[in-house]
Amino acid sequence: MRDVDAVIIGGGPAGLAAAVRLWDKGVRNLLILEREHELGGILRQCIHDGFGLTRFGETLSGPEYAQRFIDQVEARGIPCITDATVIDITRDKRVTAASREGLVEIQAKAVILSMGCRERTRGAIRIPGDRPAGVYTAGVAQAYINLQNRMVGREVVILGSGDIGMIMARRLTLEGAHVVGVFEVQPYASGLPRNILQCLDDYGIPLYLSHTVTQIKGKERLESVVISQVDDNRNPIPGTETEYPCDTLILSVGLIPENELSLSAGAELDRGSNGPVVDEHHQTTVPGIFAAGNVLQVHDLVDFVSAEAEELADSAAAYLQAGSLSECRLQVLTDGSVTHAVPRKISGEADFTLSFRVRKPAKNCRIRLVQGGETVFEKKMAKAIPAEMIQIPVKASWLKKNEDLEVKVEW
Amino acid sequence: MKCYDVVVIGAGVVGCAVARELTRYRLSVGVLEKELDVACGNSSRNTGMLHAGFTYRPGSLKAECAVEGNREFDQVAAELDVPFKRTGKLVVGFTEQDRKNILKFKAIGEQNGVTGMRMVTKEEIREIDSHAGGEFAMYVPSSGILDPMEYTIALAENAARNGAEFLFGRKVTAIDRKEKGYLLHTEAGEDVQTRWVINCAGMYAPEISEMLGYPHYPAKGFKGEYFVLDKKAGKYLAVPVYPAPNEKGGFMTHATPTVDGNVLVGPDSYVTEGREDYSTTKEHLDGLISDGRKMFDHMESQYFIRSFAGIRWKRYDPETGEILDFLLEADDDHPGTVNLVGIESPGITCALPLARRAVKKLTEKEHPAVNEAFDPRRPGIRRFSGMTEEERKHAIEEDPDYGEVVCRCENVTRAEIRQAIHNPLGVCTVTGIKNRTRATMGRCQGGYCETRITRMIEEELGIQPEDVRYSKEGGYMFTGKVRDER
Repeated sequence: MRDVDAVIIGGGPAGLAAAVRLWDKGVRNLLILEREHELGGILRQCIHDGFGLTRFGETLSGPEYAQRFIDQVEARGIPCITDATVIDITRDKRVTAASREGLVEIQAKAVILSMGCRERTRGAIRIPGDRPAGVYTAGVAQAYINLQNRMVGREVVILGSGDIGMIMARRLTLEGAHVVGVFEVQPYASGLPRNILQCLDDYGIPLYLSHTVTQIKGKERLESVVISQVDDNRNPIPGTETEYPCDTLILSVGLIPENELSLSAGAELDRGSNGPVVDEHHQTTVPGIFAAGNVLQVHDLVDFVSAEAEELADSAAAYLQAGSLSECRLQVLTDGSVTHAVPRKISGEADFTLSFRVRKPAKNCRIRLVQGGETVFEKKMAKAIPAEMIQIPVKASWLKKNEDLEVKVEW
Repeated sequence: MKCYDVVVIGAGVVGCAVARELTRYRLSVGVLEKELDVACGNSSRNTGMLHAGFTYRPGSLKAECAVEGNREFDQVAAELDVPFKRTGKLVVGFTEQDRKNILKFKAIGEQNGVTGMRMVTKEEIREIDSHAGGEFAMYVPSSGILDPMEYTIALAENAARNGAEFLFGRKVTAIDRKEKGYLLHTEAGEDVQTRWVINCAGMYAPEISEMLGYPHYPAKGFKGEYFVLDKKAGKYLAVPVYPAPNEKGGFMTHATPTVDGNVLVGPDSYVTEGREDYSTTKEHLDGLISDGRKMFDHMESQYFIRSFAGIRWKRYDPETGEILDFLLEADDDHPGTVNLVGIESPGITCALPLARRAVKKLTEKEHPAVNEAFDPRRPGIRRFSGMTEEERKHAIEEDPDYGEVVCRCENVTRAEIRQAIHNPLGVCTVTGIKNRTRATMGRCQGGYCETRITRMIEEELGIQPEDVRYSKEGGYMFTGKVRDER
């Protein structure tokens, strides 16, 4: 059993940023556990550029962005065990990982959850039909092409306009495949506008909104998909079916925070974000267990993941020093206008970053923060889209200390 | 040309059981299978129930074999090292008509020799499973759950270890009767010679039956679709809970726990013409959601991880439309043959009893010598997920591959994948690995581990990327490399 002050579960962008900041705050007995052979997480397979604009003022590839943090981890000599998969976390912060050298057993004072997210699958969205080879989630296709040098197909349909899906539309095109189109069930794109421009428009790849795959055909390898238009309730409209011959279907239909370990630790999950319920310290419902990055909420840009992990590290360092953190008795409440909010609990006495996404695209809308019927903050936005995370640096000076905080988007 | 004493056509659960029972004798046994693995058809496309035998007509082969197969299964599961839980089953009712139907089948069950069935009150239902609905129920203690895929694999591996040969990708296209046996033509182009043929071709049994010179036996396909729910839903269901059967013994959509801790919701039932029409449909999946909610209160979309379909090909009387019993026949007009037709539910439960009866047809004729070396045991792949912490430490010490988790959702290690790739049957598809280890079966459906598994298949077997198959011959995973490696 190894005793550490803080153990970091996952050496992706959130874990790396948290580790560096914890170290710089004086927390030296810490440990990163990473299941892969190398640090960097999902960034390792994101060889396109566009990372780091906000943070570094320049555009980097995923591996380059990760390397900046890996260099800092290495410069500080932060301990790290790679090729070790965490298989259990208990409420009293005992962490067990499996590795080729044996089971790694850690007793930590603080646990940092930074496991990232996973992709939503065909089964989860219930696409009916056959079960041939040739149906890949975008991230799996990306791993095959960018990490393993394996080409997944030649004639490609992409379902879902998530960012990875659009990036894979471009990637597949560059590698000689023909992308028939990107089909999105919602009446708006779910990825960032810049990816529509740079990945689809620049390559003449059509984007079809309010369309979805209603059948998969092919007994052995995928032969075709049937695409239908959908109505306002996302139900396929009979008579609009078009069959597209293809050998590959790429799914980019959403990301889900990967919280199996959080659950084993006893952390409560939020039904809006699918991540742990956290307070303004990024602390889950289990004291001393913290979460940041895509395990907490799915981000649009990695730059914000790093920033969130650093805020977490500040709180975790304070927790380790004091043994506890200020109580957060006030709820952050949301209505149907936003998908979720982070954090869910605040003290009303400290600054914090409020993150959320709008549920539907909105023009000329108003974001209002309300306490006890009174607006404590208001911001007008010319345009808000679900693809972009909205972050508001909330000041303690705005807040009442005894009323829950409501987040509202109105238009 | 390959020559055998006996050829079994079809590597479903019945074919594999027949092959295994044949290896108790000194006979050379070949199994011809059109797919690339065992149990690709309906043997794996079902609920995984070990049935008790209370819905089948007394005196029928179905009833006889189901009761026999049920009784012996603890021993079979132990010999073959396959997961099995004798959970019991609740058949719940709400109305007086339900009670009538339940009592009717209780009486039939008793006639068939099913023991221990009893009516229980609402309170007793809750004691057996706190999440089960119903005003009253029949509790059937002998029912159980198993993994039909793993069971079929185990039968086949045991047969292979005792000398049977499995030939995959060999669809039988024609059979010539020769002076001393039969010549089987396969789609792969090679012929196989044999003295005996045992028809275990499942849904294609009527065609093989005709090739052997038996009559044409028409069969009708009853298709059912299923949802597989996340293990997180599994904690809400300990015992299979079935609604009261209708008068013919058919059950509506129900929820069943699996031995691995998932929940299956389904099947519904509708007639299909397509022999291998395993596609799922929006209409029926939507139906499962609304019907499933009546039986299982955690039928929620957050738990959906997969759907699939299976078909019960039932033999029927073309004149009356009546559904007929399993058929097992052998006669002197067709020497050297055993014909099994219309084997459907409860085929898993009945597989070994049917196999013994089929093999008996042969041994009665020619009294082959007993295979003294026959070993009924088959060791399964030791699963990391099922080990205690001490066992895990030990396993990693002995084989460091046990310390490398490949499938995160199901905690499957490199050691298990490696053993599965080098399985005794020589199966090397991605789904073959999946069915032997559970890797990719979890909630991420291979999002993390599939890329690792395909790489291991290439490395362990020394094959090219374009030769990796998902599950079928035409189901390639890759068109090749993105570019040449320097």
